[in-house]
Amino acid sequence: MTDTTRNTLYFAFIAVLIIGTGMMTSWNLAITIMNFGLISAIMALGVNLQWGFAGLFNVGIMGFVALGGLATVLISMPPVGEAWAAGGLRVILSLILGAATIVGAILAYGALPKGRIRTIGMLVILIAGFFIYRAVFDGGVQAVEAVNPANAGYLGGLGLPVLLAWPVGGVLAAGAAWIIGKTALGLRSDYLAIATLGIAEIIIAILKNEDWLARGVKNVVGLPRPAPYEIDLQNSATFVERASGLGLDPVTASTLWVKTIYAGLFTVVLLILFLLAQRALHSPWGRMMRAIRDNEVAAEAMGKDVTARHLQIFVLGSAICGIAGAMMTTLDGQLTPGTYQPLRFTFLVWVMVIVGGSGSNLGAVLGGFLIWWLWVMVEPIGLWVMQTATSGMAEGFWLREHLLDSAAHMRLLTMGVVLLLVLRFSPRGLIPER
Amino acid sequence: MDLLNAFITLSNFVLIPAIAYGSQLALGALGVTLIYGILRFSNFAHGDTMAFGTMATILITWGFQSVGISAGPLPTALLALPFGIAVCAALILATDRGVYRFYRTQKAKPIIFVMVSLGVMFIMNGLVRFIIGPNDQRFADGERFIISVRTFKAMTGLDEGLAIRTTQGITVVTAIIVVALLFYFLNRTRTGKSMRAYSDNEDLALLSGINPERVVMVTWLIVAALATVAGVLYGLDKSFKPFVYFQLLLPIFASAIVGGLGSPIGAIAGGFTIAFSEVMITYAWKKVAGYALPEALAPDGLAQLLSTDYKFAVSFVILLIVLLFRPTGLFAGKSV
Repeated sequence: MTDTTRNTLYFAFIAVLIIGTGMMTSWNLAITIMNFGLISAIMALGVNLQWGFAGLFNVGIMGFVALGGLATVLISMPPVGEAWAAGGLRVILSLILGAATIVGAILAYGALPKGRIRTIGMLVILIAGFFIYRAVFDGGVQAVEAVNPANAGYLGGLGLPVLLAWPVGGVLAAGAAWIIGKTALGLRSDYLAIATLGIAEIIIAILKNEDWLARGVKNVVGLPRPAPYEIDLQNSATFVERASGLGLDPVTASTLWVKTIYAGLFTVVLLILFLLAQRALHSPWGRMMRAIRDNEVAAEAMGKDVTARHLQIFVLGSAICGIAGAMMTTLDGQLTPGTYQPLRFTFLVWVMVIVGGSGSNLGAVLGGFLIWWLWVMVEPIGLWVMQTATSGMAEGFWLREHLLDSAAHMRLLTMGVVLLLVLRFSPRGLIPER
Repeated sequence: MDLLNAFITLSNFVLIPAIAYGSQLALGALGVTLIYGILRFSNFAHGDTMAFGTMATILITWGFQSVGISAGPLPTALLALPFGIAVCAALILATDRGVYRFYRTQKAKPIIFVMVSLGVMFIMNGLVRFIIGPNDQRFADGERFIISVRTFKAMTGLDEGLAIRTTQGITVVTAIIVVALLFYFLNRTRTGKSMRAYSDNEDLALLSGINPERVVMVTWLIVAALATVAGVLYGLDKSFKPFVYFQLLLPIFASAIVGGLGSPIGAIAGGFTIAFSEVMITYAWKKVAGYALPEALAPDGLAQLLSTDYKFAVSFVILLIVLLFRPTGLFAGKSV
């Protein structure tokens, strides 16, 4: 069996899974799985860039995805004029002051002679800067959050088209990745993992607590959409007519149609990124990356700047995760910082990359779809298994109740087992790198 | 008098909690650092190992409570602790047999080990949630306070009270005992010396006839004990929630790296550094400043540098600073 036949079979299997879900349960569920599968595939592409091409271990995917979500709010929501008048400029000014403090400290580090003077100088700049920043910032935040807290209480966004948020999400994530990469790359490989784990927790903490930015845990709902609203479709005579022509009732038809539009948009993004990643993999640049991955010392001896190349690819991969994050928030239509779980957004994506085949872009896409389907389906299957296993026990028996209640946690176990089994018995994944 | 009041307030809200938290972090970081020194990878499953050991201890504690065994004024969990350690050790040794040993014989890269530990983390996390559920569990019993605010005020006649909770006292005492035992073991016994030799130079240790599998097994046993003790102490002091234990991974790693990965002394120093910074930066200093400073200088606001929601940011920033300026850590571990 050639590689092409095998790969075609794999993707045909995915198609069967999704279509089968559609026939067994509902088409609505099937197309939802498909949409999230597309987003997962994009995230897996980004992680594959970092891990498969360069061997960088990023455990902070959740943070970059969340930054993409933040970009959606900042770009697409209409600005809250009152909040800007109350303290918006003050908040922005304080942020500029904060950034200036850090830049000042870095400049001072370069300019002052090494020794005690430098340490003291930097500390003075940082501490003074921090207090000035807090003094300006606190007042501004209070003023902003006091504006109509029930449905605003934040600065709002720029009111631009929501599709623009996708690249911007990538840029935000790239910025965060640059800061992390600058500090943690060039050291031991584990350090990058620990640093990314930290930045992800902090980004989520900021999203949850900075209400002026994106309302924190009060969530931003009703984000503008790139697709029409279902209710408008149901009210449009031509659409109802066309739906009844297909033998569908307008409500089902409108939800399916809207989700299909999203699926189309996501497919376009996935295709573009996939082609770019494929080109990169087979370019001299991609070969250099793999050379660095396989033997850093040899690559360095050949005159390659290993740390700089690592920084480059780390930023690129994180940017792709940011784009996927922005797309996901657009699909959800809301930003809910409370739902970002490392398990769902970091480790699941890792399982996708490993199962699909690290170093192979097609593998990442396959893993994205396959593992996402598994993730959605494990819960009902787990519940079914538990029900079958406990059917012999008496009704209300404690063990039965406990097992049924715990079926929801089957996901973690399954994903862990899948990851370990693949790493052990098929470390190159379903579609191995060539 | 005012200065004394300021000091008492400071002790009550900063020093004592930070010492207790620091001891817990230090025990956790010791486990991470030992694995790093002997097995040469960062164990991402450590937080969930702590959670698993704590869960086992909690279940045994409940068993003891239901048959009426208690430790008097001390928490029953202390009696259950040895059994919890045994359960945790059994699981960890099984994991090593079933998972890690394969990669050891293959001499896999450290990063592969890290990834495998991620899978182990998933499974342990799943097990814990499966058995005890994802919710908060409180299992502290016995006397609540060594000194309560009221007795302290009556004793000294000061305006400010000082409370020392039993769990805080136990944390510190247990941590001292465990650390003393560990250092005695590492520095004085034959097995401990062979472990250090293995950590310093694997090839030389193998040449001098040290059995690597035995060293690894002893390491895992010690790690299981350290993780369970750290987890139970944290759970007694605060409460047990699986997700919180996962989140503890960041401050624990930060402690181990600040101290220098692979250096046991460093892990302890790092634990206290992180704990004190975290508590001091997120504490509202208004009251202390009100006592210590002349009235004109007293602050209007809470005088809190960062809200407590950002306590992870503190360990993270310290971690970044160490990575930037001194990647080997305070005690020159074996990093980079």
